[in-house]
Amino acid sequence: MAEQVYYEDIEAGSEIPALVKRPDTRQLVKFAGASGDYYQIHYDKDFALASGLPGVIVHGWLTLSFLGQVLTDWLGEKGTLVKLNGSYRGMNLVHEDIICGGKVTRKYEEDGRQLARVEIWAENPRGEKTVTGQAVVALPSRA
Amino acid sequence: MSDVPVISAEIEGLLNVEFGPEVYEIEKGMVARFAAAIDDPNPAWREVVPPTLAGAALAPSALMHRIFKAEGPLKRILNGSSELEYLQPIRVGDTISVTGRLTRLRQVEGKDGPTLFMFTEVTYTNQRGEVAVRGKNTIVRY
Repeated sequence: MAEQVYYEDIEAGSEIPALVKRPDTRQLVKFAGASGDYYQIHYDKDFALASGLPGVIVHGWLTLSFLGQVLTDWLGEKGTLVKLNGSYRGMNLVHEDIICGGKVTRKYEEDGRQLARVEIWAENPRGEKTVTGQAVVALPSRA
Repeated sequence: MSDVPVISAEIEGLLNVEFGPEVYEIEKGMVARFAAAIDDPNPAWREVVPPTLAGAALAPSALMHRIFKAEGPLKRILNGSSELEYLQPIRVGDTISVTGRLTRLRQVEGKDGPTLFMFTEVTYTNQRGEVAVRGKNTIVRY
């Protein structure tokens, strides 16, 4: 795991290390089991096509989980996630790369905590943003 | 076709009805399976749950079942957005009670016809009575 990030280390515009995921149908079935979301568009190609989709699509919650990992990997042991949201704007198809990234948009102190607002996104290989969202994180201080 | 009543009486009848609590035991195996399913090897997930576990795996399932199965002209469903606010960590060994409500409905004319946005709020409370996580979701029927 990377070195601990501190509040003093970041500023608006700081990028968060990106993560690339490539879920296969096996992972989607595992996620269906672990989450209890058995909607067939996530593992049954015939069903997905009959529903007007281009193929089996990745669960929105799985893609948001990848963005959660981007954040918690970056936050390390001493940082914490305060809020996380994501809007599902497009589809990630199974067997395709999902490029997950984030960028600090603001840092501020509130109620004695050192916080940052972070923009997060997931992209498909066509460069389309499939999930966009924001997070609020609390970071440790070197002080 | 803009007059199609996409908000059926059944869907409207769910508004502001509290469902739950449904009680989930946060056991080690459940958390390990979730962490494996999202392909996240962080060792922290042996003690606390990954940030999306509450929203993704601790559903107010009675409410979600009614939302998914409600009669209406729009048959296709997608997840529109999710939001989670973390107030207390959820740890392995906790017991989490989940309640959920459908809070708002909004019908819009999309490019492929009418679309119905359904907004839900979910509260995750631990065994000490502390709210651990608050969730908001948008479910889209189209």
